[in-house]
Amino acid sequence: MKILVTVKRVIDYNVKVRVKPDHSDVDLANVKMAMNPFCEIAVEEAVRLKEAGLATEILAVSVGPKACQEQIRTALALGADRGIHIETEDFPESLEVARLLAKVVEAERPELIITGKQSIDSDNNQTGQMLAALLDLPQGTFASALKLADGRVEVTREIDGGLQTLSLSLPAVVTTDLRLNEPRYASLPNIMKAKKKPLEVRTPAELGVQPRAHTRLLKVEAPAERKGGIKVASIDELVEKLKNEAKVI
Amino acid sequence: MSDYIHPYRDAEFVLNELVELDRLCADAGLSDVNGELVSAILAEAGKLGSEVLAPLNRTGDTLGVRLGESGVEETPGFADVYRQFQEGGWPSLTAAEAFGGQGLPNVVGTAVNEIWHSANLAFALCPMLTQGAIESIAHHGSDMLKGSYLPRLVSGEWTGTMNLTEPDAGSDLAAVKTKAVPQGDHYLITGQKIFITWGDHQMTENIAHLVLARLPDAPFGVKGISLFIVPKFLPDREGRFTVRNDVACVSLEHKLGIHGSPTCVMSFGDKEGAVGYLVGEPHKGLAYMFTMMNHARQAVGLQGLSVAERAYQQALPYAKERLQGTNKDGSRFSIIKFPDVRRMLLQMKASNEAMRALALVAAAETDRAHGADAARHQGRVELLTPIVKGWLTELAQEVTALGIQIHGGMGFIEETGAAQHYRDARILTIYEGTTGIQALDLVGRKTLANQGALLADLLEEIGETLQQLEAGGERFAVQANALRNALEAGREARRFLLDNAARDPSLAGSVSVDFLLLFGYLSGGWLLGKSALRAQALLNAGGGDARFLNAKLVTSRFYAEHLLPRTGALLAAIKAGSASIMALDEDQF
Repeated sequence: MKILVTVKRVIDYNVKVRVKPDHSDVDLANVKMAMNPFCEIAVEEAVRLKEAGLATEILAVSVGPKACQEQIRTALALGADRGIHIETEDFPESLEVARLLAKVVEAERPELIITGKQSIDSDNNQTGQMLAALLDLPQGTFASALKLADGRVEVTREIDGGLQTLSLSLPAVVTTDLRLNEPRYASLPNIMKAKKKPLEVRTPAELGVQPRAHTRLLKVEAPAERKGGIKVASIDELVEKLKNEAKVI
Repeated sequence: MSDYIHPYRDAEFVLNELVELDRLCADAGLSDVNGELVSAILAEAGKLGSEVLAPLNRTGDTLGVRLGESGVEETPGFADVYRQFQEGGWPSLTAAEAFGGQGLPNVVGTAVNEIWHSANLAFALCPMLTQGAIESIAHHGSDMLKGSYLPRLVSGEWTGTMNLTEPDAGSDLAAVKTKAVPQGDHYLITGQKIFITWGDHQMTENIAHLVLARLPDAPFGVKGISLFIVPKFLPDREGRFTVRNDVACVSLEHKLGIHGSPTCVMSFGDKEGAVGYLVGEPHKGLAYMFTMMNHARQAVGLQGLSVAERAYQQALPYAKERLQGTNKDGSRFSIIKFPDVRRMLLQMKASNEAMRALALVAAAETDRAHGADAARHQGRVELLTPIVKGWLTELAQEVTALGIQIHGGMGFIEETGAAQHYRDARILTIYEGTTGIQALDLVGRKTLANQGALLADLLEEIGETLQQLEAGGERFAVQANALRNALEAGREARRFLLDNAARDPSLAGSVSVDFLLLFGYLSGGWLLGKSALRAQALLNAGGGDARFLNAKLVTSRFYAEHLLPRTGALLAAIKAGSASIMALDEDQF
């Protein structure tokens, strides 16, 4: 079985995010970047399936500028077998990423596609779902457990108020939630070996896709600084403030 | 968010701009190794350091280690950290490929080791000692010893220790008393060793002890000491290491710092004698130790940088968050706004960057000593080693003390965490040869023994950097002036020592530590001057991270203004010679 996993290059979760002085965007110049944590979980799940003898090949795909190859190399160091980098100038929107990925899926014919449920930068939570829709494949989102058996995949989903278990026919798209697994660290020998694994670069034009913009980013503002708290004298005062000042109840 | 993050930007700046790593790798025929790969390696090591090693640094300090029924019990959690460290293949980084190593350059190993030592100094001592054991067996062991020990040490399946010190043999190893008696294909070892770092633990199934001992026919003194391997477990008939050897930790030291690192009193041969195997030839043990000394001493120097970096990372957020000033409108501001707090932070930052530059440049000389112009590079290794060990660890005392000072009263309270770095740093000027021993090595074997040739070569190279700074005009005037003065102080100190050492037998020993520190500050000034040149060139070319590079220019300037002038005071003390130092009778003290 071939598994396709997607990896996105995002700002490292340890980095304090700064907004550009003109508020046009988040400042990514010379900021430490890393693989999106939900994508790490996707890669880990694929590697575990391969280690369990249930998968034979793992293909890691990333969309974005050239530097995304660092994250593909990380996926290769973690256990993916080969990489495809779809090189774009910027990071396209979810739908465009899904359209590009759909082309790769059509060409590669993986039986299972695992993506992160969302990326920690744009937090859209869309690409996996859109990809499934474009390809007319079943989808199991927010997976906290995944089981392959009898040509189907059983996905336990984290939903409001509990867990839902779905059985999907293959091929299928699964998006990972936080509790699916705990990703490993890449070992030194595997980091060295990753350099020699194949990494193919494709362009949107080659895939027959012209990425479009559907939204415009108008303004980015840093969250308001937290003001000092106050002590309330009574429960009544607290309720009054929650109602009239904070307007949350 | 972890409380330790590897300063990868500075490490990569030093590796790319000062060490010129890509060229070093190409010269060494390592076509696969380049800055990009090293950056991936540092990123993953940084992650493991931040997320796995660092969180247990304080646990090691507070819980420490204990001696139980089956030997030393390491700090709870350390075994799991070790397992992850080993599974990651990190012990194999610089080891030879023939024994399962990755064969990466020493300078890359050094850059990675900075992470382990910053994240958890007490833990990192264990793999550091294993690396020492690997080197001694690789260089001097028979093929049989190499075959049975190296793959297991390189994989991290076993750890290694160095057993040198005895109650009466510390800095003076000629006094070693431990005995080795030949018996068939092996030797029986009896004696006691003290201060044995990670001498016992339960993290691995076996431990290989490297032990200095005397054969029955050994000549008196340093030329009668041999080196042996004594494993904690010996092989049974099936070749599995299950038979307990007659070696045990009999006591643990209670220490000022590095509580997570067991410092053992090791007893060999309490019953029938511990089985040991001779490494190399008889009576050459001390000479073998010397071949590893440069690496071991530079590794301890690096620990100085590491713990100082951790202290800086502890102090910096505190300085940014601690509100202790009041504006006119009644709002409060954080202490980083106070000039003296900024002075302390910059002193820490500038010291750390100078230390990192020197540690990595010196480590690269070890790699270059295997290529073209080998003799010159080996000479530089010899010269820089005592400076790296002595100066970095002495400077670490000041940096970790400043880390406490920035915290004020909170720094004196253990729960804050700043005090641990200060206590942990304190051993660094002592083990692997005290600062006094390093300084004697520098003035004696490294200077007087070659009529100052090695120093002259270094001074000349510093002079070239000075010329480049001078050519940079007004922009580098501060650095150029300070470096010019410091360079002249270095030249004068060298001349003074060469001219007067023969006349006054107490001179070299009296001025040696000041001499070492002078060349430490000068070397730091040289490399931060060079850093400023490179940073400016990158800025001019419009490449790199402008915020980082501009900060580098300021840090370099601060060092030139505030730390480099110390060379002048050190020169004055050197020129005072031995007169007052030797003037009092012992009973006048």
